Amino acid sequence: MLGKLSWDAIPWHEPIPMVTSGVIVLVVLGVLAWIVIGGHLPYLWREWITSVDHKRIGVMYILLALAMLVRGFADAIMMRSQQAVAFGNDGYLPPEHYNQIFSAHGTIMIFFGAMPFVIGLMNFVIPLQLGVRDVAFPTLNSVGFWLTATGALLVNISLVVGEFARTGWLPYPPLSEATYQPGVGVDYYLWAIQISGVGTLLTGVNLVTTILKMRAPGMSYLRMPMFCWTSLASNLLIIAAFPVLTATLAMLTLDRYLGFHFFTNEAGGNMMMFMNLIWAWGHPEVYILVLPAFGVFSEVISTFSSKPLFGYRSMVVATMFICIVSFTVWLHHFFTMGAGPAVNAVFGISTSIIAVGTGVKIYNWLFTMYGGRVRFTTPMLWSLGFMITFVIGGMTGVMLAIPPADFVLHNSMFLVAHFHNVIIGGVLFAAFAGLTYWFPKAFGFTLDEWWGKAAFWFGFIGFYVTFMPLYIAGLLGMTRRLQRYDYEPWHVWMLIAAFGTAILFAGVACQVIQLVVSIRRREQLRDVTGDPWDGRSLEWATASPPPVFNFAVLPNVSADEPYWAIKQHAREQNRLRPEPEYEEIEMPRNSPTGFVCAFFATLMGFALIWHIWWLVALGFVGAYATFVVFAWRDVPEYIIPASEVARLDRENRSARKEALATYTGPM
Amino acid sequence: MPQAGRRDRASIILKAVLACGMACALSGCNTGILDPKGPVGAAERTILLNSTVIMLAIVIPTIIATLAFAWWYRASNTRARFRPDFVYSGQVELIVWSIPTLVILFLGGVIWIGSYELDPGKPLSQDKHLEVQVVSLDWKWLFIYPEQGVASVNQLVIPAGQPVHFSITSASVMNVFFVPELGSMIYAMNRMATNLNLQADHPGEFHGMSAMFSGDGFPDMQFKVRAVSDGDFQNWVRTAQAAGQALDRTAYTQLAKQSRNVAPTTFRGVEPHLFDAIVRQDIPPAPGPETERGGADVSPRPGG
Repeated sequence: MLGKLSWDAIPWHEPIPMVTSGVIVLVVLGVLAWIVIGGHLPYLWREWITSVDHKRIGVMYILLALAMLVRGFADAIMMRSQQAVAFGNDGYLPPEHYNQIFSAHGTIMIFFGAMPFVIGLMNFVIPLQLGVRDVAFPTLNSVGFWLTATGALLVNISLVVGEFARTGWLPYPPLSEATYQPGVGVDYYLWAIQISGVGTLLTGVNLVTTILKMRAPGMSYLRMPMFCWTSLASNLLIIAAFPVLTATLAMLTLDRYLGFHFFTNEAGGNMMMFMNLIWAWGHPEVYILVLPAFGVFSEVISTFSSKPLFGYRSMVVATMFICIVSFTVWLHHFFTMGAGPAVNAVFGISTSIIAVGTGVKIYNWLFTMYGGRVRFTTPMLWSLGFMITFVIGGMTGVMLAIPPADFVLHNSMFLVAHFHNVIIGGVLFAAFAGLTYWFPKAFGFTLDEWWGKAAFWFGFIGFYVTFMPLYIAGLLGMTRRLQRYDYEPWHVWMLIAAFGTAILFAGVACQVIQLVVSIRRREQLRDVTGDPWDGRSLEWATASPPPVFNFAVLPNVSADEPYWAIKQHAREQNRLRPEPEYEEIEMPRNSPTGFVCAFFATLMGFALIWHIWWLVALGFVGAYATFVVFAWRDVPEYIIPASEVARLDRENRSARKEALATYTGPM
Repeated sequence: MPQAGRRDRASIILKAVLACGMACALSGCNTGILDPKGPVGAAERTILLNSTVIMLAIVIPTIIATLAFAWWYRASNTRARFRPDFVYSGQVELIVWSIPTLVILFLGGVIWIGSYELDPGKPLSQDKHLEVQVVSLDWKWLFIYPEQGVASVNQLVIPAGQPVHFSITSASVMNVFFVPELGSMIYAMNRMATNLNLQADHPGEFHGMSAMFSGDGFPDMQFKVRAVSDGDFQNWVRTAQAAGQALDRTAYTQLAKQSRNVAPTTFRGVEPHLFDAIVRQDIPPAPGPETERGGADVSPRPGG
């Protein structure tokens, strides 16, 4: 009846997962009780859970990402503290537990921390920057989000029911085959990633379609803000790369469930094929994450230098260059597998060629600041921190791309330091920059600057104190994923790195405090005009938070920086453009399709992990039926009357008029 | 533009940083890959340091320029000229594309030549080399000396000053054979034999390990490497030939089972072609966990 599931699956005798999950369950129950008793459930259901509004979905993506970043950081604290104490002894985490922690840390940070954060920002910002009302397929967007949440949920269920993978964040066979990992850990990994991968692919299709087909009148490709360009590149990579991941994991699943031999030791299986395929997805994945990050920095640096982006066309070329070349470098993840010198050299060179595109971008940001008026706000600090940190990460990346150097650095702590250098210094700094930059657009008030800057300084310094010692440990020959070690020269660096984690913890605390303080002070921090930063692209042309239809009248784009042109014109004339003729607007109706579908997908995923076959069938049929019901819907849209549109827009216009009257800056 | 002054300052800082780096490399780090004990590691360190210096030559000025531009053009600085229309410059673009391109062209040469020079499969010299066959087991290393007919577990003894050729395979999951102070690492994979050539210049003791996570016993995949004089090596071989258990298929199959924290030991009378039999899978791959701990094959925790 319940497949492999029994009471043995719960680790009763292990205090760490039991206490942690106990606390989590209590918190979740408490929140649920507050929602139900406080009567917030209808609001939540109507306005958020069933919402197909790209802004709401974007916000939910980012909330999911923030929660998962905290979970992943908790794993990081355990890893750093374990390695700090486990010199010559077993530390406090047995290997069975430690190995799950680093596997979960990587999986959660990449798939459920960084990815949802980046996708959330793209979801929220792209339609606003393009001057349109929503993404191309709003309900699909909701399905994509909820399937991602399903994956995150499954990974977290593994904390208390069964176990998570003990194979690293990429389950290399043969270690991940049923022979060597008979438990459910790898199955949790496989189904969580497969289900959320479907969501990611849907999002990729959706955003590419939106960017290619749905721009405001007059917004040609070369008038799109840089964030839209980098998002386009990123989503093209999603469409090209995620099917590879799905196919690879499907093959591993067949090996584990049906006794196939794609990657096994026996019967002609070839484990090296897994490494090739997984990195054919894995390396583009790096750029899926970092290209939108580059877009965020382009927006932030331009806005806070009060200048257009320098070398825009050059940036577009560099972005698409990275997009294409990123597919030709995967072999650098295993130079040490014994390929010949020609193969290694070709992939080493193609890898370092990517640094050309990145280098160009860095210089263009540099010259964007040149001749500007730089305002050191929190997003700008994150951007400057990024520029300094990322060139170091890029340098160590090129070092790893040189095969003879990689022969001594591969899989070492140097490698760990390198990819944290680029992912934290690139993606995470961008996420925080983007969060502070677009938060007022989403919620109508800015975030507290003092706590934001404190979070930056702790994050920036904490990063260096944590990861520079790991570079050195790598140069001393230390490999990654060691649950304990007896080699004395590494110990001191692990202690310093653990201290760095404490600084990072202070940074995380400041981020949380920033949110709390800002919500309490929201009346003082209120953004009435919708343009708190003196912005340049179209998202700042509408109110904060924007009405559900984004723009009362779709903007007509006639300049490279559409909103800046409108604003300059208004400043020179000292009046706003004349009020447009308001018309009624059709918007897509909310739909529970995404939520219901993900509910069934969760059942199906859980049942597949535990071999509960009747529940698999039920979940599959349920998810499919949900789609069928949605496809037969009668009324896909609802009408917002012209009077309502006019009322909302006039409110915003009067605030802008006031701001214009008091404007004293340069024309 | 005050370029001359900035260049001077940049070069002074560059020199200072390099001096610090060298000081660390020469004094502080008396182990690891920056203090190699053989020709392979030495060549790799040279490439590592050269490429670092080449890249630092543009990385450091870029960092300084970032800080300098941001500070000079701060909004409150009334002496900085506001140039909101400075959004394109052909000359700047040319330089911006050229600098990284030239550096990568240069490094591309380093990569190409280095990949051939330091190909792990390439013999180090024409001199007679010692053959060592490496088998990664769960979770210990087996070193077979086919010419001497002996084998050792979790300790590698090699003659100093003589090139060693390693044939590497795995009995079960992937591992990576790595001795940081000697140089290159190479994967150990079942049903495949990879090649690696290393040499220790002088007698000494080094730390060896697996550089690829291989399961719960992964931290036990560490071993001592002893480079000894030729005479000492012959002595060690004779001692090993005289004592201990013979390594035939039965003994190997027993050894290949999962075990943790295995003390270094030696075997005599290694069955001829044992390594080939492992690679060809005449001997089947080593089994995984023996009992599916925790009752159901759910959550294999010890004692669960």
